Amino acid sequence: MTQVMKAADVVIIGVGMVGSIIAKELAAAGYKVVGLERGEPRFTVPDFQGPGVHDELRFDVRKALMQDNTREAVTFRNQVAQTALPIRRWESFLPGTGLGGSQVHWNGQTYRFQAQDFAMASHVRERYGKDFLDPDLRVQDWGVIYADLEPHYDRFEYLLGTGGKAGNLKGKIQPGGDPFESPRSREYPTRPMKEHYSGAMFRKAANSLGYHPFPQPSSNLSEPYTNPEGLKLNTCVFCGFCERFACEHYAKAVPQTFILPVLMKNPNFELRTGAQVQRINLDSSKTKATGVTYIDAAGREFEQPAALVITCSFALNNVRMLLLSGVGKPYDPASGTGVVGRNYAYQTMSTVASFFDKDVIVNPFMASGASGTLINDFAGENFDHSKLGFIGGSFIGAVNTNGRPINYHPVPPGTQAWGKGWKKAVADHYNHTVMFSIHGSSMAQKQNYLDLDPTYKDAWGQPLLRMTFDFPKNDLAMAEYVTGKGVEIGKAMGAKQVVGTPRKGPYTITQYQTTHNTGGTVMGDDPSTSVVNRYLQVWDVPNVFVVGASNFPQNATWNPTDTIGALTYWAIDALKNKYLKNPGRLVSA
Amino acid sequence: MSDFSRRTFVKSLGAAAMLPAAIAAPALTVAASAGAATATAAPDTPFYLFFNAEEVAFMEAACERLIPADENGPGALQAWVPNYFDKQLGGGWGAGERLYRSGPWQEGTPTQGYQLPFTPAELFRTAIRAINAEFSAQDKAFNALDADAQDAYLKTLQAGGKDLGGVPAGVFFELLLKMTVEGYFADPVYGGNKDMLAWRMIGFPGAYANYYEAIDAHGVAFVREPMSLAEDGHGHMHPANIPASL
Repeated sequence: MTQVMKAADVVIIGVGMVGSIIAKELAAAGYKVVGLERGEPRFTVPDFQGPGVHDELRFDVRKALMQDNTREAVTFRNQVAQTALPIRRWESFLPGTGLGGSQVHWNGQTYRFQAQDFAMASHVRERYGKDFLDPDLRVQDWGVIYADLEPHYDRFEYLLGTGGKAGNLKGKIQPGGDPFESPRSREYPTRPMKEHYSGAMFRKAANSLGYHPFPQPSSNLSEPYTNPEGLKLNTCVFCGFCERFACEHYAKAVPQTFILPVLMKNPNFELRTGAQVQRINLDSSKTKATGVTYIDAAGREFEQPAALVITCSFALNNVRMLLLSGVGKPYDPASGTGVVGRNYAYQTMSTVASFFDKDVIVNPFMASGASGTLINDFAGENFDHSKLGFIGGSFIGAVNTNGRPINYHPVPPGTQAWGKGWKKAVADHYNHTVMFSIHGSSMAQKQNYLDLDPTYKDAWGQPLLRMTFDFPKNDLAMAEYVTGKGVEIGKAMGAKQVVGTPRKGPYTITQYQTTHNTGGTVMGDDPSTSVVNRYLQVWDVPNVFVVGASNFPQNATWNPTDTIGALTYWAIDALKNKYLKNPGRLVSA
Repeated sequence: MSDFSRRTFVKSLGAAAMLPAAIAAPALTVAASAGAATATAAPDTPFYLFFNAEEVAFMEAACERLIPADENGPGALQAWVPNYFDKQLGGGWGAGERLYRSGPWQEGTPTQGYQLPFTPAELFRTAIRAINAEFSAQDKAFNALDADAQDAYLKTLQAGGKDLGGVPAGVFFELLLKMTVEGYFADPVYGGNKDMLAWRMIGFPGAYANYYEAIDAHGVAFVREPMSLAEDGHGHMHPANIPASL
């Protein structure tokens, strides 16, 4: 029997980064907000404390902080003609669960996208002509421009205390920063992190080749910081247990450090954990949501009525929630119609390994998740693609995030996989290797999409999300090109052996690449190619908003978090100043 | 055949063992109760909870070939890697923790990853039973082969194609190798990496976690005893020499 709860003004699905920021703003504005989080409540003290947090096997290898895939997996296939099978162990991407969401285990790499990224289709058409793109690609504009989002990027970075060096202040190029970035209204709130040896070597080599190295923007703090919410963050100690781990030091910007202590004190907000939302409920017109149905950790079913539903889950789960609820028309790749699940994209990740002799001591275990040095010379639209036959690009960086030995023990190609030869190579190279991240864009393609699996179910009997994905030719060509540039930098560092590994297809879920899954509830100006309008409001059901990386029409060069944060404040602005004052469609279809 | 022979052999040579461990020592008969009688002292051989004696014989021999003791550092036996397997396979991980286990089951493409119904514990039991049966049928034992013959057999597993009671040999070998590396480098609290020998070999300081002062001393060796999770009596480390506000 379903228990019906007291109606709320707003119900939030997923209390991670997006959910906790929106809940804080709307509760402070006087609205009654219920936050439904499927995982557990958790806080820096007592949940993230040492020594237990520094456990490579538990957190890195066994993935203790991730979505419980025994109850809720994703099925996968490369092509429509194949049968999708469950991802039985997470490897390629790692969605989190629990209060604070995936941000608890992030690395803190905090980049803005560039102005061209938000107008990608128009930009490519203007610069390279209308026939330049592979016809299978589904590149489109976002419906917002960089200038719309700049104040919200700024607010988000000041919330987190992001450290870095501006490269472009109101149009004026700044020495030491990234000269390719779009204009910032002010400097970063904190200074860059200290530079690791690998970054210093990279900087020297990149300069010698005429590139423009800059310190990686980091939300692991370089100095003590009090954010506009009055919350204090600490200096990062470079412990080397960052991505896949929670931070014990209050040094990584996560909801537990930058917003939750304020949100939890507001009596207008109620957090319910262990709440697995089954669906958004619609009235008979199917154009209005009445609330959500969820099942608690003890298996009891509840209905939470609400005037406004905001889904703020991980990108893949946002898409699945709409599909399970019948909100928006599902995408059909055969006809090219429908929108939910359309334009699923990822990130195209390559590497360069530079092997040195034993006199170069790298100390890979001294690391924060975002203390690298990198260049944007081959990122996004920062170089001419007219003769290259692809669009998009990658940043190249010495981004040394850890030296945890189960997963980090680089050996040169040709090394035996086991035995004496393997062991000698591990001992010879562990402390004498510099790895570059070649972190690239991912274009949407008509064959790549998300829908519901016809066979496999979750623990509550609902269909799993089905992912159909392979790398577009465009992105593999991009990876090949930029990885070659990375190899040249490795050689300029004086390494005795430099090995570039450009991303190749087919996409495999057996190897970690990145947790930057994007698209599926795309934003835009056209309801036939987007699920939500420019304010992240669902076209078909105006009292449902969707916020997350699922809004990206295609993925840009950089990590998505800063842009998700900017979209979050952008949506909050529309909610507070437009929608909640006069509920209804913010854009006419 | 005695499953204790190899462990005893290692014990007698101690940490200085340089010979390939697969050169069989004379089979010694050691009563299993001998270990129990000295239970109050720190054990110098693992106590196996999951593996039976025949499984121990295979696992100890196979792990030592995957990471042999030599002049570069400890082998898998010195590092107690088989003990790591035993505790992992006998616990939640072995029972299928974090493994989505609903059918239907079908073979996928390599890009779709593991698609067998076996839990890790079932997979090891099934595969080792098949391997030991294969050798028994020839009146042989894997652990009694010389090192070269052991390596040659492991390469046949690695190459795949062989069926081990329903477990494809390539799948078994891949997990055997992956978990051997885990047991070698994981924190000693999990039963392997004994005395942090593998961390010492590569210079990894372990759970120790404050490099604020060292990070910009570029290219300088960080010389410090490694620290296991179990040894960190300080709790979290945020000493006064760095700018901190909490």
